[in-house]
Amino acid sequence: MSKSWDVSEISKWGWSKHPVGAVIPEPATTNRYVTGGWRSLRPILDLEKCVHCFICFIFCPDSSILVENEKMDGFKLEHCKGCGICAQVCPKNAIHMMNEAEALGLEQCLLPDDDKKDKKEDKSA
Amino acid sequence: MTKVAAMVGTDAIAEAMRQINPDVVPAYPITPQTSIVETYAQMVADKLVDTEMINVESEHSALSAAIGAAAAGSRVMTATSSQGLALMWEMLYIASGLRLPIVMTNVNRALSAPVNIHCDHSDSMGARDAGWIQLYSEDAQEAYDNIIQAVRIAEHPDVLLPVMVLMDGFIISHSLGRVELLEDQPVKNFVGTIQPPYSLLDTKNPPSFGAFDGLHGYYFEVKRAQAQGMLNASAVIKKVGTEFAGISGRSYDFFETYRLEDAEYAIIALGSAAGTARTAVDELREQGERVGLLKLRMFRPFPAQELVDALSHIKAAAVLDRSDTLAGSIGGPVFVELRSAFYEAEKKPRLYNFIYGLGGRELDINMMKQTVETIQTGMSDGVVQSSVAYLGVRE
Repeated sequence: MSKSWDVSEISKWGWSKHPVGAVIPEPATTNRYVTGGWRSLRPILDLEKCVHCFICFIFCPDSSILVENEKMDGFKLEHCKGCGICAQVCPKNAIHMMNEAEALGLEQCLLPDDDKKDKKEDKSA
Repeated sequence: MTKVAAMVGTDAIAEAMRQINPDVVPAYPITPQTSIVETYAQMVADKLVDTEMINVESEHSALSAAIGAAAAGSRVMTATSSQGLALMWEMLYIASGLRLPIVMTNVNRALSAPVNIHCDHSDSMGARDAGWIQLYSEDAQEAYDNIIQAVRIAEHPDVLLPVMVLMDGFIISHSLGRVELLEDQPVKNFVGTIQPPYSLLDTKNPPSFGAFDGLHGYYFEVKRAQAQGMLNASAVIKKVGTEFAGISGRSYDFFETYRLEDAEYAIIALGSAAGTARTAVDELREQGERVGLLKLRMFRPFPAQELVDALSHIKAAAVLDRSDTLAGSIGGPVFVELRSAFYEAEKKPRLYNFIYGLGGRELDINMMKQTVETIQTGMSDGVVQSSVAYLGVRE
């Protein structure tokens, strides 16, 4: 599987450089593309209730359920659009949806003071 | 050795499809195209082909399924007509934009309203800017030959565009005609196997088709590349038309001329009307009139320069259109484009447009001669008459 398609300069490409029919010629390129910025609700996991059944993993339309050592390990927020399907299908009510703005506010509070400014710039980019 | 058969146009298409043996045929029936897919479905049931035939719930779905199958790297064919083509509209642009070499027969038929099932070019002429190559057929033989060539044209790496093969509804689709059928093996060798640049079934390196063009916005560049495919198609169509003579003895070009070289007046037609025009030309020639015919086969891409070169010596020409742009007084699509092609030419004929045959209205030899008389009178009187006339409408 090649991972060689360099699109860093795509906005400068002439018409003959684009793949025929605007095909994206290699898989999993969405990994490099943040789509989570649309989110207005954020899933929050209660690890004490989670039984690691992976029903959320099966249903998540954006492959945003993280797994580590065969355990549910939270959400890939770069790609989670906040649809809430995971919270809906969870048999243990271990996931609830929080207002994204509120979640961002909490994040800011939890950060050490030095990181706060950088974090803000990231979000506005 | 070729086999000569008496065949209706739809059967000739189905026979060509059997010899091509496409991987997938998604189709929905609509008169007068129905018998193509009906005959083909029988061939599938009889295991004469390996095709996966998909019965869908509408023409929109037929072309959608064709697009999916083509993106998977299959050789895909389908057929439609009239309202069916209209219902495919959204998908026509997706097929050409994704550069999928689908081959589709469209049996030309009027668009409603009023409801009319007869021959008329309104359906395919409306799709002229959808990015499909369009090849018109005078008779069942040409329809058969065009379908076989269309596969090679569509799949050529310089082209990669869908091709629409046009055949006049009922006049060709349901009339028995003489067709020289090729043997299976030469057809199979001629079309070869499909070599798609990308395939959804390439599990080692699966591509994505039809993604959003992103906030970078490269739609314009992709369309420019698509326009290049259409530009490249001319040379490929010429080459394939010449190569086809190698297996059939019949060569094909953008258009065919008949007694045009020393003609003063010309008739320009596409589809079955060309046959009527040829007879009219012969009869007028017997009366000493210097009349010729230009039969347009390739409407997309439009062979503008070649048409100018072939017609510049003509005094006046009658351009026949079996559809109207309904744009006011500018005439039918063939006329509009031909007149535009001549704009920069130094030597040009006076062009008259005759819109005829809408909704299957009869076109006979006398009417065809009448067009020539009209342009001759127009030229000798020196009176510039209206350039656009409706031929055969009840006044």
